[in-house]
Amino acid sequence: MKALQRAWRMIAAGFACFAASALAQTEISFYYPIAVGGPITKTIDQMAADFEKENPGIKVKPVYSGTYQETIVKALTAHKAGTPPTTAILLSTDMYTLIDEDAIVAFDDVARGADDKKWMESFYPAFMANSRTGGKTWGIPFQRSTIVLYWNKELFKEAGLDPNKAPATWAEMVSTAQKLTQRDASGNVTRWGVQIPSSGFPYWLFQGLTTPNGVELMNAAGNETYFDRKEVVEALQYWVDLGRKHRVMAPGVIEWGTTPKDFFERKTAMMWTTTGNLTNVKNNAKFDFGVAMLPASKRRGSPTGGGNFYVFKKATKAQQEAAVKFARWMTQPERAAQWGMDTGYVAVSPAAWETARMKEYVKGFPVASVARDQLQFSVAELSTHENQRVTKALNDGLQAALTGAKSPEQAMKDAQAEAARILKPYKK
Amino acid sequence: MRNGAVTGWLLLLPAAALLVLFTHWPIVGSVWDSFYSTPKGSRPPVFIGLDNYQAMVADEVFWKSLWNNLWFALGTIPVSIALALAMALWVNSTMRGRTWLRMAFFTPTVLPMIAVANIWLFFYTPQYGLLEKLTTALGFGTHNWLGSESTALACVIVVAIWKEAGFFMIFYLAALQSIPPSLSEAAALEGASRGYYLRRIVLPLLMPTTLFILVNAVINAVRMVDHIIVMTKGGPNNATSLLLFHVYQVGFSFWDTGYAAALTVVLLVVLAVAALGQFVFLDKKVHYQ
Repeated sequence: MKALQRAWRMIAAGFACFAASALAQTEISFYYPIAVGGPITKTIDQMAADFEKENPGIKVKPVYSGTYQETIVKALTAHKAGTPPTTAILLSTDMYTLIDEDAIVAFDDVARGADDKKWMESFYPAFMANSRTGGKTWGIPFQRSTIVLYWNKELFKEAGLDPNKAPATWAEMVSTAQKLTQRDASGNVTRWGVQIPSSGFPYWLFQGLTTPNGVELMNAAGNETYFDRKEVVEALQYWVDLGRKHRVMAPGVIEWGTTPKDFFERKTAMMWTTTGNLTNVKNNAKFDFGVAMLPASKRRGSPTGGGNFYVFKKATKAQQEAAVKFARWMTQPERAAQWGMDTGYVAVSPAAWETARMKEYVKGFPVASVARDQLQFSVAELSTHENQRVTKALNDGLQAALTGAKSPEQAMKDAQAEAARILKPYKK
Repeated sequence: MRNGAVTGWLLLLPAAALLVLFTHWPIVGSVWDSFYSTPKGSRPPVFIGLDNYQAMVADEVFWKSLWNNLWFALGTIPVSIALALAMALWVNSTMRGRTWLRMAFFTPTVLPMIAVANIWLFFYTPQYGLLEKLTTALGFGTHNWLGSESTALACVIVVAIWKEAGFFMIFYLAALQSIPPSLSEAAALEGASRGYYLRRIVLPLLMPTTLFILVNAVINAVRMVDHIIVMTKGGPNNATSLLLFHVYQVGFSFWDTGYAAALTVVLLVVLAVAALGQFVFLDKKVHYQ
């Protein structure tokens, strides 16, 4: 009998111990998407484990959640069901959507310390343009990118061009592309001069044309768009002309996914795509290639893109604080530098580029810094309330113009009318 | 006797519970939601009557998707059924290597759709894709197959036919093998030609299978979404946007769940009408008497 009682007591004590340790532990769930190649899951798991080692009170549960689109579907569905992840990496452009769904908290409301403030100021301002609204910081840049121009140096040499000089202006891009476009005896094109993809999310690449043409597509409050401005129509005219007038780019809609492959196969001499593809191009291009900023019209310019950390509202206070701590740890200069080198994303803070390892990397692979240098000319990616819907209105207009179904003016006028209709409830 | 009825119901219960939970209840929920506005953050849904349906009338993408779906159905269903029948008749005859042939025809059905769509994406790639290699070898110019509004839908239809014909073939094959061989022997004795035998005996006996396949083909045509997402994302300019893709986009990209529910109801009605039509009007004609 005594023995039995002792056993019970031991079990009870055991439970008490377990309960105490469980109380001291804060568990946070972390959803992340994968949008580029490489062993990303392993890297993230390793980072989470390292974080736990340094912060014994916190347990991080990383959950790979598919593409960006799938991740936001999962996160918002979970939010509506009452159990969202504590933190997630979602597109920087989803900020207004997440605010409108009342799904996230601002970082300034969770982390109020002076050094927290300094941390939020430590990123490139271009990345913060998509992370702040109404005076609050809603997202922390993690895997961010921008559009750059890749060119095939061998083909440049073949065409009698300087292989170390990329076209710097719109006019130069046309004339260079004309020299690079190759036709066979019967007039069929065997190689295009340049390729700007237009499937899926053409609005993003279009911003690589509108920004240099000196115009922004929306206001900072995200409730007004300027699709029918003269400069916007001009930019679209230039894009359409590349295919239809100058005949240096395939007419119609060009697939985003196969564009790098077209470049590797020498079917296009230049391509526009994300810096996130840098490591991919480095590993697969069997020729000497260059990376340059996008050509200028009135100025230089490109939109930023990619994903931010967000913290969800329905998590407990302790979880939110732990999540901020995690985001802060993940964006430390050393770690941001490593993440940039592993993936090709632009390391998010100037301090990351000052680390010894990053300097070493850039010395051996100088084109890695092109995207960073372009940041000073970069603007926010198109993002408004009802973001996906407004974006689709623009995408449809762009594709209609590129396929020749509508004139650029008409296409942009229709897109603007549609966007204005959608945004009406948000204009107070 | 009473005991038997109870046992019967109990046996039905698991399936019925699943059906109610995952099919009937969501349908009722969708109809209900379609009369309410979309909840946003702290704003709860409010009753708005037929507003969602009115919005649909003005929604150009909806009409475009509806037409696209109609063309998609007209393009895929007759061709895939005819192909399935032809393949089944072929692999039902005695010949060498027919197991291999059957397997080859059936393979597309087994392959995962997303992987398949990615492979087809490369078939259609301008300049160095398989299709382009073929057309340029024949002396035609290059064409941006998925990137032109005029050809994108047709390209998607071809993939669907390729995927579906093998699946339907299996049903035809099973039906063909259940036709007693004595019928063909009797026909041969009576001096009927093979064409006559096929037309007057085999095809009528296959009619119930054809109805079954037709119902399935219609359902498949309306629920096509995966390879649209991979190959075109509904583009260019909504040229390949089908109904379910539109519902998905409204529901999970735009988060307009109220309107998505209304679209879903329309989709359900279209399907119900099609299925009812097939069963009520065709059912009487398919059975061989």
